[in-house]
Amino acid sequence: MSEQLNENILTLKGLKVQFRVGRRLVKAVNGVDLNVRRGKTLGLVGESGCGKSVTAHAIMRLLPKAGFIPEGEVTYYSNEGTVDILKHNPKGKTLRDLRGRQISMIFQDPLASLNPVYRIGDQIVENIRQHNRVPKEAAMKRTVEMLKQLSIPQAEKRVLDYPHQFSGGMKQRVMIAMGLINDPELLIADEPTTALDVTIQAQILELMQDLQKKLGFTIIIITHNMGIVADMADDIAVMYMGKIVEFGSKREIFLNPAHPYTKALLKSVPVLGSGSNSRLEPIRGNTPDPSEMPEGCTFAPRCDFAMDICKTDPPNFDVGGGHMSRCWLCKGGNGQ
Amino acid sequence: MNEKQVKLPNEHDKDVLLNIKDLKKYFPITAGFFKKTVGHIRAVDDISLYVKRGETVGLVGESGCGKTTLGKCIVRLQQPTAGALEYRFGEKFSDMLQLSKKEKFAAHRKIQMVFQDPYSSLNPVKNIFTAFDEPMRVHGMKNPEERKEKIAHLLESVNLPADYMYRYPHEFSGGQRQRICIARALCVDPELVVCDEPVSALDVSIQAQVLNLMKDLQDKLNLTYVFIAHDLSVVEYMSDRIAVMYLGKIMEIAKSKSLYYDARHPYTEALLSAIPIPRIEEKKGRIILEGDVPSPANPPKGCRFHTRCRKCIDICTKEEPKFLPTKDDPEHFVACHLAETVDPSELES
Repeated sequence: MSEQLNENILTLKGLKVQFRVGRRLVKAVNGVDLNVRRGKTLGLVGESGCGKSVTAHAIMRLLPKAGFIPEGEVTYYSNEGTVDILKHNPKGKTLRDLRGRQISMIFQDPLASLNPVYRIGDQIVENIRQHNRVPKEAAMKRTVEMLKQLSIPQAEKRVLDYPHQFSGGMKQRVMIAMGLINDPELLIADEPTTALDVTIQAQILELMQDLQKKLGFTIIIITHNMGIVADMADDIAVMYMGKIVEFGSKREIFLNPAHPYTKALLKSVPVLGSGSNSRLEPIRGNTPDPSEMPEGCTFAPRCDFAMDICKTDPPNFDVGGGHMSRCWLCKGGNGQ
Repeated sequence: MNEKQVKLPNEHDKDVLLNIKDLKKYFPITAGFFKKTVGHIRAVDDISLYVKRGETVGLVGESGCGKTTLGKCIVRLQQPTAGALEYRFGEKFSDMLQLSKKEKFAAHRKIQMVFQDPYSSLNPVKNIFTAFDEPMRVHGMKNPEERKEKIAHLLESVNLPADYMYRYPHEFSGGQRQRICIARALCVDPELVVCDEPVSALDVSIQAQVLNLMKDLQDKLNLTYVFIAHDLSVVEYMSDRIAVMYLGKIMEIAKSKSLYYDARHPYTEALLSAIPIPRIEEKKGRIILEGDVPSPANPPKGCRFHTRCRKCIDICTKEEPKFLPTKDDPEHFVACHLAETVDPSELES
């Protein structure tokens, strides 16, 4: 290898996450393999309940008490060395040091992620001082600079405000500022714009792209909106029922989708400008209950192309050029 | 008569089902111990809109622009502050706000609503049969056998088995619940259905099922929809005409095709370009709007959009633009100083 650093910043191997709910065992994430390329944006798409948020929380080791990771491997390659995230105690020093400094996360609901009784500035300063030995004044100065970069007007005054004095879009900017304040290498954004209006969403997405160009961090963006990944992502992973059913470059996924689920997902959303003439093609049925997963391919009961072989779990087939698909139809390698 | 005169729809147009005239809905802001009114939230501020029989009119806008309030005024879950809601009852065209109590009751039957959240709009302790049965009984279907038959038929028309009528709401998924809510709105044979964000609580793969179902029902029962949503691509898919709202006012109305290809208002342009399109081929340049939506309690003077408008000129800050048809398309209305509209004097009253 010519480069010192690994090309990937994060790799997941066979990651499983399960939840104990009463006597039932819910398999939320069921064997996820994923490579996140350094400096690029990975879009993780899927419907609600497919396990995309749980995957992100597992990477950060922020799972709730009922959740546990029975097997899998999460490796983080930083410029300070390689960390095997699952080997460490989630409350231990290594991971506490990693979280917020090297990997940070933006959550879906900015209202719930900010503490209502502390000033915005103090909350960001705490983040800096958790990881660096700097005096309060210096940290505050940096906070103001960061908020200015996120085009928050009158940042010097606004750091003294409380979260309720900010609008939804402004709060999400504060969350991004908090995520980026320690110059992380990896930013995980979990549905960062779902709670926002479209015009504000456009502002935030543009801002994230600009900052990425400037600071060069890696983004994992989690969303259910195919439009957002078409805008933001370099690589796309499509998740269904706890598995990544298709992975590839943005171009491959949109122009040459191989998995029937990806194809159906693209056909089932209305596209602006195509008018009301072309009829949408809905996906049959509902997503199955994650505690009663169908055997074999989990999409088979809703799939138009289901065959006998679909009762056995399909492996990952390479469709070409790193484009992977978990579907028996792609066995030949050309993805029909 | 002058040839250039542009005709606005009025009570003589046979196909106009609902005509909203200068409708206003203000919510008082109270303060202090005596709840003194200190101001008003102008949720709907002087809106005129007509809906023709059998068409779908889409209402889009950001949150807080008053689209839901307008919908609620149409079904009269909110009493408008001022204005008129003219509705065609058979041959008669009368203002629903001036009706007698008995006539109002009959009018409720003609206009029904589908709500946003299918989880909170069904009573969890009543089964589907009871939820459907009550409105039908209230509106004068006396025969219980007939009612039951009708419920079975309605459930089948939304692709649910008839024996589901004895189940309770918790036994259904979100998509099924929304279909039940649609069927319930139809149980008193309405002519106009106001759909307030009917698919925004649903998953993407389920959305298409519900949207297609609504289209099929419209064709079958000759329904008229007022379709409210924040997602412009969904509204475009459903609607014949789209009204774009901003801060309690309609900024632009046009046929859905012409709105996308020929938007005249800068706000519509920005809204269209802000929507992420799930295709990677044609990418238009994005117009990013600065700042947030101002408060509807104190909307900006002049044009309400001028604080965020990139084409803002002097007059925009002083004078409120009139809502007028464009020169080349009498059905394309726009409220902008920069748009080429007909002269107010050319309008036939």
